[in-house]
Amino acid sequence: MAAPAVIELDNLCKTYGDHRAVDHLSLSIQKGEIFGLLGPNGAGKTTTILMMLGLTEPTSGMVRVCGIDPVRNPIEVKRKVGYLPDDVGFYHHMTGLENLLYTAALNGIPRAEAEKRAWELLEKVDLTDAARKKAGTYSRGMRQRLGLADVLMKRPEVIILDEPTLGIDPEGVRELLRLIRDLSRHEGITVLLSSHQLHHVQKICDRVGLFVGGRLLAEGNIERLAQQLFLQDAYVIHVVASPLDASLRSKIEAIPGVNKVEQTEDGWDVYCQTDVSAAISQTIIESGSSLFHLSRRDFGLDEIYHRYFEGRDVREGQ
Amino acid sequence: MYVKASKEERWANDVFSYVKRWSERLKVGALDEKKRARGANSAFSAIVKKELADYLTSWRMIILIALILLTCFGSLYTAMTTIRDALDSSEEAKEIAKGAYLFLKLFTVSDGTLPSFLTFVSFLGPLLGIALGFDAINSERNRGTLSRLMAQPIPRDYVINGKFVAALLLNAVLFLSLGLLVMALGILVLGIPPTFEEFARMVCFLLLCLVYIAFWLNLGILFSVVFRQAATSALSSMAVWLFFNLFYSMIVEVFAKSFLQSDAITSVEQAVGRQELVLGLMRLSPSYLFNESTTALLSPDVRTLGIVTVEQTAGAVAAPLPFSQSLLLIWPQATALIAATLICFAVAYWLFMRQEIRASG
Repeated sequence: MAAPAVIELDNLCKTYGDHRAVDHLSLSIQKGEIFGLLGPNGAGKTTTILMMLGLTEPTSGMVRVCGIDPVRNPIEVKRKVGYLPDDVGFYHHMTGLENLLYTAALNGIPRAEAEKRAWELLEKVDLTDAARKKAGTYSRGMRQRLGLADVLMKRPEVIILDEPTLGIDPEGVRELLRLIRDLSRHEGITVLLSSHQLHHVQKICDRVGLFVGGRLLAEGNIERLAQQLFLQDAYVIHVVASPLDASLRSKIEAIPGVNKVEQTEDGWDVYCQTDVSAAISQTIIESGSSLFHLSRRDFGLDEIYHRYFEGRDVREGQ
Repeated sequence: MYVKASKEERWANDVFSYVKRWSERLKVGALDEKKRARGANSAFSAIVKKELADYLTSWRMIILIALILLTCFGSLYTAMTTIRDALDSSEEAKEIAKGAYLFLKLFTVSDGTLPSFLTFVSFLGPLLGIALGFDAINSERNRGTLSRLMAQPIPRDYVINGKFVAALLLNAVLFLSLGLLVMALGILVLGIPPTFEEFARMVCFLLLCLVYIAFWLNLGILFSVVFRQAATSALSSMAVWLFFNLFYSMIVEVFAKSFLQSDAITSVEQAVGRQELVLGLMRLSPSYLFNESTTALLSPDVRTLGIVTVEQTAGAVAAPLPFSQSLLLIWPQATALIAATLICFAVAYWLFMRQEIRASG
C-alpha cells in the first residue's frame, strides 16, 4: 500500500433533489490495478464515474484522480484519464480512422504522430480492415473496440470503462476483456470498469466493489467479498464419500464452524464459517467411510450477487 | 572565523541555488503554459474545422445553399433586366442613373415576377441560420458523441463556441462571396461601376445580413440545447420564425387598428404617442428590425424610420441621405439586432454549461 492511490474517493456524496445517488463512497484504487465496480442498474455507477472526470460536481466529499482534484481542474484530469461511456457514439459520416484522428486533434497530438498511433491502435483492436469504413456501419462490438482505441489515443494513465461489455456477443466480450487485461498487464494502465454482468468482471478484475443504492457494500477480491457479505456461510465444501449416512452427517454437523449440510446429486455440500476441510476429512476417515472427493467450492460473483440480493429482503427486515 | 565564513558561504549558496531553481521552474512553467495554450488553440481549431467540414458535406446544407444561390441569381436577373431596359430607353436615363444609386437598386428592385434580392435574403437567411443550428448539441447527445467529446481535455464551452464559429464562418463566406459576385455581375451587365459609398452600403448590408442570420442560428442552437429531439427543436425554431415573419406584424396591426382609430384620441401629441407605441411593438420583432435597417441602408431616399409630421417635413430638401447619416439612422436597430443575437447565445451557453452530460439521459 506504499504507492499512492491513483483514484481516491473519500466520503463522496451526490444528491439529485431528494434522491441520493451516491452515498458516502470511499474507495482507493492502486496503480496498475483492474477494479470492477459492480452493481445493478441505477446503483450510481455512472454518476460516480462522472464525478471522477469532473463532469458532475459532487455534493460533498473528495475525489482525487492521479492526485488532481477533478472539480477544480477537470481538464488536467481528462488529459490523464480515458473514458469510454456506456453507449459510445462516433460520427457516422466519418471513418473509424477519422474519428480517432479527431480525438487526437482535440488532445493536441500532432498529425503525423496521431496517424501512426491510430494505425497501431487499430491493429491492436483488430479493426485495420474496417479503418476506412464509415463508423455508421460498425457493429456494436466493433464500436466498442473502436471506443477502446479512441480512449487509448491520448496515452492515458487511467482508463474508465462504463459497461464495456453491454450488448456484445460472447466472443466479442472475450476479445474485449482480453484486450483490457493486456493493457493493464503490459502497459501498467489502471483500469476501472463498471458492469452489472458479473462473470465478465470476475474474469479480469483484481478487485471488485459491490455497489448498491449508492453505497459500497463490500470490496476486495472475490474471496473477501464473499466473506464480507456472508459472514455465516463463507465457505462451501463439497464432499463425495461412501457411505454417507445419518450418523456421519450428525458428526460433521457437530464440527465447530459448520452451519449446515446439504444433500447434492453426488454428495454433500457443507456450509461453514471457516475453512474446516481438514476436520471434515478426518471425521470421514475416522468413521470408516472412504473419501473420494473433497473440494472447497469457490464463490463466483454470480453466486455472491445472487445470494446477496436473495438475502436482501431478509436483512432489510431485520 | 573560518567556520562562520563557510556557514555564510553555504547560506549564500543555498539562496543562490533557490533563486536558480525558482527561475528555472518559472521558465518551465511559462513554457508549459505556452505549450498548453497552443494545444488548446489547436483543439479549438480542430473543432471548427470538423464542424465546417460537416456542414459543407451535409445534404441539408448543399440543398439550402443551392436554393439560396438559385433564388438570388433569379432575382438579380430580373432586377438587371428591369434596370437595363430603363437605361436603354434613353441616354438621359444613364446620366440620371449615376446620381441615383442605381447599383443599390440591384438588391431592391423587382419587376413583379420574382421578389427582390432583399426579400429573398430576409426570407431564406433565417432558414439557413436555423438549419445550421437546430441540431448542434442534441444530435451530439443523441449519437453518444457528446460524452466522448466531454472526456477529452478541452473546456466545455469549446463545443458550443466551435459550432457557432463554424456556422458563422460558413455564413460569412457564403454571403460575402454572394455580395461580391453580385457587384461583379452588376458591373459586367450594367456597365456602371459602383461608387465608394454604394460599396460601403453594400458591405454594411451584408454584415447586417450576417448578424440577422446569426440571430436565427443562435436561436437554433438554444433550442438544440433545450430540446433533446432534433425534430422538436427544428419545429420550434421554425414556429418562432413563422411567428415573427408573418403573424407578429398581423397581430400588431389588428391591435393598432382599434388602438389608433379610437375616439379617445384628442390631441396630436396623443396620436403621435400611440403611433410610436405601435411602432415600438413592431420593433420587438427581429425581422422588422432587419427590414427597417436594410431598407434604410439600400435606399438612401429613406430619411427617417419613425413618424414625421407634416410640419417636420416642410422645407426639407428631398435628397438622398449621405452614408454616415443612413448609418446613424439604423444605429439603434443594428444595436438591437446584435443584442438579441448575443442574448440568444448567452442563454444557450449558460444552459449548456449547466447541463448534465450523460451518455443516455
